[in-house]
Amino acid sequence: MNALELGVGALILLSGFLSMAAGVGALRFPDVLSRLHAATKPQVLGLAVVLLAVVLRVPSWGVVSTVVLIMTFQLLTQPMTAHMLGRASYRSDELRRDLLIRDDLGRDIAEYEQQRERDDDPAR
Amino acid sequence: MSALDVMGVAAGVMFGVGAIAALVRIIRGPTMLDRALAIDVLLAIAMCGLAAGMAVNGHTETLVVLLVLALFAIVGSIAIARFIGKEDRS
Repeated sequence: MNALELGVGALILLSGFLSMAAGVGALRFPDVLSRLHAATKPQVLGLAVVLLAVVLRVPSWGVVSTVVLIMTFQLLTQPMTAHMLGRASYRSDELRRDLLIRDDLGRDIAEYEQQRERDDDPAR
Repeated sequence: MSALDVMGVAAGVMFGVGAIAALVRIIRGPTMLDRALAIDVLLAIAMCGLAAGMAVNGHTETLVVLLVLALFAIVGSIAIARFIGKEDRS
């Protein structure tokens, strides 16, 4: 048991903890937006630490390049997924508005509606 | 059984708890978006678990699987989120 194995084990344990937290959060949080907050933890940080553990365990350039590719694609695609899910939940009214602290999208939608009503006004 | 194996088993138990919680959310989830989100969580836990298995056993055979999963994990949830409607409750 040397320091390298200890570090690899600690990184794996951190990833496992983040995955468990995401599962429990997805089970216990009240609506889609707050579940989204819990779900994005293992998708980025959990995968990053466990890929770092793989690189530490098998240190070669092929592994490093593949790991960088995996993390790049993950960082490109997962924010799109979270954004689309949050937007769809807002648009289909499947969220608890009493839990919202700020509602910038609602304000923008209201401004747009007002603008359109002014433009459609026939007495102009 | 070395200390790294013990740590791997402990992490595996935590992955299992997270995956079971996500599965319960998939089964119960009041809306379709909850299910899409829980499927995403399950997929992320599966990716973390595959990578943890590689790190414990010291091989790199499933690295390509991780690459493909990172590329195509987006398809299912975006399809669901785009075609969801107000009336699709259940």
